[in-house]
Amino acid sequence: MIAVVDYGAGNLVSVKKALDWLGQDSQITRDPSQIRAAAKIVLPGVGHFASTRALADSGAHSAIKDSIERGVPFLGICVGMQWMLEGSAESPETRGSGLFRGTCERLPDTGKLPHVGWNHLAITRDSKLFRDVPQSSLVYFTHSYCIPLNQWTVASCEYGVNFSSAIERGNLFGVQFHPEKSGEVGLKLLANFCAI
Amino acid sequence: MLTKRIIACLDVRGGRVVKGVQFEQLRDAGDPAELARRHSESGADEIVLLDISAANEGRATLLETVRRTARQIFIPFTVGGGIRTLEDAAAVFASGADKISVNTAAIADPALITRIGDRFGSQAVVVAIDAKRCSDNAHWQVFTHGGRRGTGIDVLEWARIVESRGAGEILLTSMDRDGTAAGFDCELTQAVSDAVRIPVIASGGAGGAEHFVEVFRNGHADAALAASIFHYGLRDLGELKQSLGSAGIPVRWPC
Repeated sequence: MIAVVDYGAGNLVSVKKALDWLGQDSQITRDPSQIRAAAKIVLPGVGHFASTRALADSGAHSAIKDSIERGVPFLGICVGMQWMLEGSAESPETRGSGLFRGTCERLPDTGKLPHVGWNHLAITRDSKLFRDVPQSSLVYFTHSYCIPLNQWTVASCEYGVNFSSAIERGNLFGVQFHPEKSGEVGLKLLANFCAI
Repeated sequence: MLTKRIIACLDVRGGRVVKGVQFEQLRDAGDPAELARRHSESGADEIVLLDISAANEGRATLLETVRRTARQIFIPFTVGGGIRTLEDAAAVFASGADKISVNTAAIADPALITRIGDRFGSQAVVVAIDAKRCSDNAHWQVFTHGGRRGTGIDVLEWARIVESRGAGEILLTSMDRDGTAAGFDCELTQAVSDAVRIPVIASGGAGGAEHFVEVFRNGHADAALAASIFHYGLRDLGELKQSLGSAGIPVRWPC
């Protein structure tokens, strides 16, 4: 079972719907015991970084970290990806999980914000998540904060600045865009995650 | 490079897509879920479903339509029409919408924009503005209630207010051009797009590919919406995107 972690924000229904389409058994939950029992974990997200505080309050935070330590594959989407870092300029008083070093920064004011729409991916190195996903694929973004390029970046995107559109380390995956809203390309990527 | 979005719009009444000429003579144009899927397959970047049912036709039918449609598509899905409260919005999100669109209710209570944005994120809040050119030919006025009621509010002023209230996008409809197929109002679109920092979706007047080129190039639109031109295959979306691509407008090609 794939746990789709509910923290009172985020487009849970869309993520669940995409997993249903792929024939995957998934469940929307905030129950730590259910999260611990899951074979894979997806942390969806849209909205404000501060909303991730609910993860600590519900006990989901430690359940996710326990599972990750056991090697359970984890996918963070949008704010769910940003939570994988130590924090975000969007809400400096809210702590991320610290699974990756660094913090999220605001996108530069050179373009309209939020960065909304279909933008190109530049896949920068081999990745389990992007297996058979064509270079320069278009995927759907909607965000104002981003993760700068780092050693775990597997795909970048350009919007006033080059930022990490995906990070990957072992069985930890994070995507800034919304695979559940990115048509065939997004479904392929989710299928790759499910196959891990 | 960020591409320009082409958004297919479905006007829905009583669970069916309808097509009308100036809100009169509504004709049945098919099943919303089926049409949304077809638009998505032919390259639509996003789907907007606008409920134009009369107030007494109930929300249950709409929510069921949203659920059925959402199951069929894996691109962004916006739902508007009759959303007056945070609870109305929450029900639409729970049925599978990614964004909601508010219009009349936001004029009556601008704090509604902030309340929905605080709960679901500002990217999920689209404020629809129906604009009509004033007789001085230099300003546009905001209309509500499906374009039937003037508010006396200046469109540019309102656009800045909705941005400051936390709207994620503006869906801007030119009432003067709506249904005419004479092209988007590029002057209006440019004025609004340049007045705010959030994306602006142009609507009203789409007739041919050249109109889309104009509104992206001269109107500074971030996205453009088209309703009836797609329904009866008057123009294939793939063909439209081909034309835009040839004109140098960055678009997402159909998968």
